[in-house]
Amino acid sequence: MNQPIVMAENVSKAFGEVQALDDVSLEFEPGIIYGLLGPNGAGKTTLIRVLTTLLRPDTGTVRVAGIDVLHDPTTARTRLGLAGQFAAVDDYLTGRENVEMIGRLYMLSAAEAKRRTAEVLERIHLVDSADRPVRTYSGGMRRRLDLAASMVGRPQILFLDEPTTGIDPGNRIDIWDLIIDMVAEGTSILLTTQYLDEADQLAARIGVIDHGKLISEGTPEQLKDKLGGAVVEMAVSDDMVQTTIDVLSRIGEGEPTFEKASKRIHVPAPDGSRTLVEAVRRLDAAGITPDDIVLRKPTLDDAFLALTGHAPEGDEGEEQSGNGRRGRRRPAGSAS
Amino acid sequence: MTTTTHAPPEHVRITLAHGIRDTAVITRRNLLRNVRLPQLLLFATVQPVMFLLLFNYVFGGAIGGEIPAAAGGKYINWLVPGLLVQVAAFGAGQTAIGLTEDLSKGVIDRFRSLPMARSAVLAGRTLSDLIRNGFVITLMMTVGFLIGFRWQTSIFGMLGGMLVAMTFAYALSWVMAAIGLAVKNPEAVQSAVFLPVFPLVFASSVFVPTETMPDWLRAFADNQPITITVNALRGLILGQGALQPGQTVAGEIGLALLWSLGILAVFAPLAVRLYRRISD
Repeated sequence: MNQPIVMAENVSKAFGEVQALDDVSLEFEPGIIYGLLGPNGAGKTTLIRVLTTLLRPDTGTVRVAGIDVLHDPTTARTRLGLAGQFAAVDDYLTGRENVEMIGRLYMLSAAEAKRRTAEVLERIHLVDSADRPVRTYSGGMRRRLDLAASMVGRPQILFLDEPTTGIDPGNRIDIWDLIIDMVAEGTSILLTTQYLDEADQLAARIGVIDHGKLISEGTPEQLKDKLGGAVVEMAVSDDMVQTTIDVLSRIGEGEPTFEKASKRIHVPAPDGSRTLVEAVRRLDAAGITPDDIVLRKPTLDDAFLALTGHAPEGDEGEEQSGNGRRGRRRPAGSAS
Repeated sequence: MTTTTHAPPEHVRITLAHGIRDTAVITRRNLLRNVRLPQLLLFATVQPVMFLLLFNYVFGGAIGGEIPAAAGGKYINWLVPGLLVQVAAFGAGQTAIGLTEDLSKGVIDRFRSLPMARSAVLAGRTLSDLIRNGFVITLMMTVGFLIGFRWQTSIFGMLGGMLVAMTFAYALSWVMAAIGLAVKNPEAVQSAVFLPVFPLVFASSVFVPTETMPDWLRAFADNQPITITVNALRGLILGQGALQPGQTVAGEIGLALLWSLGILAVFAPLAVRLYRRISD
């Protein structure tokens, strides 16, 4: 059996009154991406800080790459790489100088650090700007440089704390590609995210964390099974609501529901776009033209509703989905 | 598959050689900032030079008569050794400011996740600040020389004085490191560093002899580390005559160095301890 690359057992950490981590146990095998999903303040960063030797837990044991982190942090540090939530790069140094410095601090010789830096800069497509000061870089470039710095010491496991938060969509895809490449080459990765689709796209295993507790674990498929898939959402004029619900009855697995607050009809769509096409066909046949109609994939909000019965309470979670409340779905049957 | 097996868990230890190398890497990093952003150094120098000019030309005339004859009758000669220590004290605040900036940008987290010596970040920070402080002190000396300052002993006295001032600056840097790591917030630390330094600098012999102060204040001023370090500098630069009866040059140098060592012995371990536990 493979030795787990990360193994945390019964890890708890309190900051005063706040229980940041509450008896968290988690492990996964090498060579995969593990996605830790949760809203702001759920405990994702605290767990990463414990796993990367930055923070001692109150109780529990932690092994990373086979090393007991609490007893031998120095050895553990030679095997792990960390990219935090903010790009921890120096503005007044060039990209190359930044990465080379971290390489030296990873105990590489000067020559080795130089060689390895050239390698990772090529990997992140920053060769052309490598000798410019970082203060001239864009946000996406800084984040990529930060990733390069975390890889320069050839760690067996990378910890990436919200690697795409605050990054525009184009750069987000770049970073995803980079992460996928690294895993293909044998690096294991634990990443945290607030986006369900990111965990879904990248991770082989997903852990959902809320209020310091790991509330669900499994493959993306297992998680989505629990969520019940996508939803077709539409708005129709008030007098057409009942007719529409009748027309769309028994289209998917559950019945359509009308949500009074948003004045929208929700139809579970287990077959995704096929359900949408079928819904449009039926509506058209009945002579109903909705004001708008969309296929919506489950969001982190939905995951939390399904798993915990409450919406995520992260203090900044709302701002991620813009008008977050609009898209929130109630579990089937509870619509009033 | 290379991913299925791990290298056997060998124990990695940080040797002294690693510690020195890591410290050199961090020192270089911090110094590069001063080189790449020369305006930082410029502003750091303008303030002490301004102090020098203001005190010399504004107060010099009024205070000039009160100073010991050893100053050669010129206030500037009395002022420069004092200001060297004042610059050292104010300059040390940069250590706290630099550390909190690194903390807030996540740089310290990264360093702490690396297999580097735990003391290297602080050693590198205080060392680069010492070098920077040496530069500012030299520049200020030069301006002092241009407007009439002359040492009354020898160049060796002058260099010895600068050395004592730098030792004191280095010790204070560790105090500031501890303050920075305790306060953590870059904005709050700006005022936190001046809080202990301001009263120490003004209730001292930096600008005026302590003889004219009220007794209670004089008792404090005469025995606090800034006055003692300034005494050592004046002894070295102006000679025995600059000291009060009962004081000797060697005695004041010894006392000043003792203060610096004592401050280091308390605050260096404290700062390292705070660094280790920064996120607990």
